[in-house]
Amino acid sequence: MQTIKRLPVTAYPLWLASPLALAMLLFFITPLLMLGVVSFYSDTAMTQWGSFANWAKTLDGFGLTVLLDTLWLGVQVTALSLVLGFALAWTFLRMPGRLQPLIIFIVMLPLLTSVVVRTFAWIVILGRQGIVNNFLMDLGLIEAPIKLLYTRLGLVVTLANVQLPLMVLPLITALQRIDLNLSDASASLGASEWQTFKKITVPLALPGVIAGCLLTFSAAITAFISQSLIGGGQMLFMPMYLYQQVSALSNFPFAAAISLTFLATVILCVSLFNMLGRLSRGYANG
Amino acid sequence: MMAHQKDFSTILFRGALGFLAALTVVLLIAPTAVVLIVSFTDGYSLKFPPVSYSTRWYVELWNASHLHFAAMNSIKVGLATTLLSVVFGVLASLAIVGSKSRLARALDSLFMSPLVLPALAFGFAALMTFSAVGWSVSITTLIIGHTAVCVPYVIRTTSAALTQMDPALLESSASLGASRWYSFRFVTLPLIRPGVMAGAFIAFMSSFDNVPVSLFLRDARTDMLPIRMWQDLEGKLDVTIAALSGVIIIFTLIMMIVMERVAGLSRRLRQG
Repeated sequence: MQTIKRLPVTAYPLWLASPLALAMLLFFITPLLMLGVVSFYSDTAMTQWGSFANWAKTLDGFGLTVLLDTLWLGVQVTALSLVLGFALAWTFLRMPGRLQPLIIFIVMLPLLTSVVVRTFAWIVILGRQGIVNNFLMDLGLIEAPIKLLYTRLGLVVTLANVQLPLMVLPLITALQRIDLNLSDASASLGASEWQTFKKITVPLALPGVIAGCLLTFSAAITAFISQSLIGGGQMLFMPMYLYQQVSALSNFPFAAAISLTFLATVILCVSLFNMLGRLSRGYANG
Repeated sequence: MMAHQKDFSTILFRGALGFLAALTVVLLIAPTAVVLIVSFTDGYSLKFPPVSYSTRWYVELWNASHLHFAAMNSIKVGLATTLLSVVFGVLASLAIVGSKSRLARALDSLFMSPLVLPALAFGFAALMTFSAVGWSVSITTLIIGHTAVCVPYVIRTTSAALTQMDPALLESSASLGASRWYSFRFVTLPLIRPGVMAGAFIAFMSSFDNVPVSLFLRDARTDMLPIRMWQDLEGKLDVTIAALSGVIIIFTLIMMIVMERVAGLSRRLRQG
């Protein structure tokens, strides 16, 4: 007699996931695999297959500069976000409880507001007749408007701000998990607030810091709209590099090689962050 | 003497962090406030603060048919994407939550991968694939592309809601003779509904705001609002975009407040 393995009443059969699994296979995995195939064509008409020319071009002097500069932009944005985000998350937990929902709302609003709208706001803020220039001129610090739009500084500040919610939310979650008694114990043993912050709070918050950095970093390097509108035509990062090859030059094979290079770089960074995350969790728990 | 010094450094430390936090809050509010204010300018420039105020750019927006066209496309694609994401996403969540099998874990990673992979690379890849099989870009290809990148949001909030459910509820429902479908319909679904709704809302907003996929999968006949706005801003600084941004901000604010009431949005966003 055969015993039929019955599914417990609390579980659902795994085949319920098959419609989505099939759709993802067809419309997500297949296209990404297509990139690999197309990247080996040597001409834009895609007749000659089996050349590494596009790969060589992607990683030559210019291509490599664009890639490294994109990553460096990500690092700058993440660093600024982390400083601002940590200060906000740390202060958040010491605020009166009534204020906390309001702060969460303020953090969430940009997360759900259109990224074009948020970037547009920074055009207004950084423009020649924008708030920053008007303010500095009113104070008499500058005579004529200074250029903020289309500069690296303007771009880093804008991106750090646009991606800030991605940093703040994991930080708040991580800091909330820390037993406040630890800080009290540290203080009663004579540690200064700064020592407690450095030796207790930051190490225990590391998993949240890494989660926030991962989200902010990957959002910053892929932020096509902000990079193109605030950075302007003088700066070239991977997303625009890819878009130009497709839309202006119709060079699909080269665009495919760029896409895969970018994809591989992001996967590498994500794995690196995940590894650090595992290490930090071990550190925070042990 | 020592105690005094410590107090001073503590005050300095707290002050520095507090100041940075206050600055951050200002930075978070500023863009929204600035756009709302500048959208009521009477002038032709984005000077801030405006010299005089009027609602002329909202009137201009009312007549901007190319923006209406793009907005309608974005709403159509957004609604269809949300519907597909909810159906596919809820089914997938039911299947993979609680399952320890290796296949279920692998599927979970597959479904979540669009959140980390650069969507721009996917948008271009999808364009190539569709043209390889002879599908020209249309509303349909846009919906397919958007669903792939929006379904993770529904899975995330639905899975979180399912995890929080007490399994004893389903056990008692079954022991009272309810079928699996009946238990789903009258026990599970009502309990996970807020989670599904929060996920659906985030999926809609994310589709409505999508740039990387739309960038490659739209054309003049299927213009999408964020791309239209981006191209308008690249060309010239059109103040109509300020009015449009004002409308989008107000819409987002209202929807956020509604979703907070009916689905506890902020709690669910932070779980994810």
